[in-house]
Amino acid sequence: MELTKEKRLWMYKKMYEVRLFEQEVDRLFKANMIWGTCHLSVGEEATAVGSIAAIREDDMITSTHRGHGHCIAKGGKLPLMFAELLGKETGYCKGRGGSMHIADIESGNLGANGIVGGGIPIATGAALASKLKGDNKVTLCFFGDGANNQGVFHESLNMASLWKLPVVYICENNVYGMSLHVGKSTAVANIADRASAYSMPGVIVDGNDVEAVYFAVKEAVERARRGEGPTLIEAKTYRWLGHSKSDANLYRTREEIESWKLKCPIKRYREKLISENIATADELDEIENKVKKEIEEALKFAMESPEPSVADIELDVYA
Amino acid sequence: MAEKLYIEALREGLREEMLRDSSVFLIGEDIGVYGGAFGVTKGLVQEFGEKRVIDTPISETAITGIGVGAALCGMRPVVEIMFSDFTTLAMEQLVNQGAKIRYMFGGKAKVPMVLRTPMGSGTGAAAQHSQSFPAVFAHFPGLKVVMPSTPYDVKGLIKAAIRDDNPVVFFEHKLLYRVKGEVPEGDYVLPLGKADIKRKGNDVTIIAGSIMVIKALEAAKELEKEGIDVEIIDPVTIKPLDMETIVKSVKKTGRVLIVEDDPKSFGWGAEVAAGIVESEAFDYLDAPVKRLAGRDIPIPYNPNLERHAVPQIEDILKGVKQILR
Repeated sequence: MELTKEKRLWMYKKMYEVRLFEQEVDRLFKANMIWGTCHLSVGEEATAVGSIAAIREDDMITSTHRGHGHCIAKGGKLPLMFAELLGKETGYCKGRGGSMHIADIESGNLGANGIVGGGIPIATGAALASKLKGDNKVTLCFFGDGANNQGVFHESLNMASLWKLPVVYICENNVYGMSLHVGKSTAVANIADRASAYSMPGVIVDGNDVEAVYFAVKEAVERARRGEGPTLIEAKTYRWLGHSKSDANLYRTREEIESWKLKCPIKRYREKLISENIATADELDEIENKVKKEIEEALKFAMESPEPSVADIELDVYA
Repeated sequence: MAEKLYIEALREGLREEMLRDSSVFLIGEDIGVYGGAFGVTKGLVQEFGEKRVIDTPISETAITGIGVGAALCGMRPVVEIMFSDFTTLAMEQLVNQGAKIRYMFGGKAKVPMVLRTPMGSGTGAAAQHSQSFPAVFAHFPGLKVVMPSTPYDVKGLIKAAIRDDNPVVFFEHKLLYRVKGEVPEGDYVLPLGKADIKRKGNDVTIIAGSIMVIKALEAAKELEKEGIDVEIIDPVTIKPLDMETIVKSVKKTGRVLIVEDDPKSFGWGAEVAAGIVESEAFDYLDAPVKRLAGRDIPIPYNPNLERHAVPQIEDILKGVKQILR
């Protein structure tokens, strides 16, 4: 399985987009321009991008409360994402959802989720729908280490395996469920070990290596598409920033955070692409500059977009 | 018109919708060869196969969530939760996901699913298998809540619920399954959100739901002998609630008795009472609005205690006479 240059550069660009988007959101938060809360995925870009690089455009995903990266990788449009975070009418959810509820059914993004583990049965249902319809689509189900102790995780994996559903469960193990270390939340050493309880393959992958994630997910997706059922993938990664904006980071040391920053998935991929002569530093700089410009334009669109009207506050409760 | 049992009419409705629309499928515990705990889905797995009548492990949260996910992807799942008491396990997926998805996604998604569930006491199953709580779900924006009382209604309404583009919670009282009534052959769909006048009358309006409609009809027969002419309104759907039909009846009779199977506090009966008081019907009231409802207790096991946990025909008779006094 070879990766094309085009795909590799796409992955680099998408990771860079996620990084800049999140950093820009962080800045807007600190400037009190964004309401509510949000959960940033800086440091975890390779899991979202590597996974979604391995599926087709018409495949589906469910996401988590830390969902910006998944949305961007699945084809989410930056202007509509910024607009949603700013609560504007032009946002993905017309300003009704905010960070934790961005969805784009058209592009196969069945939604971020404010409930830890909430998307797991939904992904399983999407996969059941694919099986019933015979549309040959696969659903990627993202969740964090915190979600692997929710009841629905076990209920859903059991049923998906029984019925050989085309779904890939991707646990982004970023070590902490809010403040609780995974070692204090989860009775097994590796979350992937739990796969054996549901008769499915359990795969551990370096979640900061975008190509390793890609190849692991690719294999699981092909297996799912062949009708051989689900896989549980555990991508080991780390979140650089706090759980949400109110996090004082009292539960981990500066040294620990710094040690993971050295494993930055973007920097690492940049060096790999250059050393393997896939791209020059200039080419990658050009990609980065392009992304910077896109982010700037997207934010401008969002800022200039109209607020939703209170007259429409009761719209869309029912279809 | 043929007489059929409630359970047969319900099954007929499910079957016809499955024949009409290939995106309709059933999912739940023991709904296959067993035919469902109460026999509603009997024979359907033989006719439609295991792909469309899916027996699940005991996993209420995930079953409901799978319904939500499949509905988001264009299917029309009918989820059976074996006893309505167990819908508390399904709450997360129904309330935080299914009910909210459309609004929180800016109207760009829909969740056309039905959650069917048997409710009610009278079977000796005690506290964890006997509760009635349609009002609980009626409180959540984004859900519709239906509780059909007759064979005719249950068939027309299950079809409407399946065809509706929103999550619908469909309550079937266990004691209604064996009730007989007239059911026309073939396809008919009754609207959600429309109350039904089960009996026309001039002296007092009884607003009763689900099993209480049957009890109110029996009571009305007795009262008729004493020259009391009762009008019975069945709200049928409590979310959305058809206050218009209720208000119209109250304006005519000036007297109201509300009879519900749910516990009294914060129930749908309180909502109906408040709706009457807020409306122009208030000026027509000749007596205070009276409510009969389940007691605020978990359903007890002892048959006599169980019987006294919810309103019975004699309570309705007494209630009406009190209002007329």
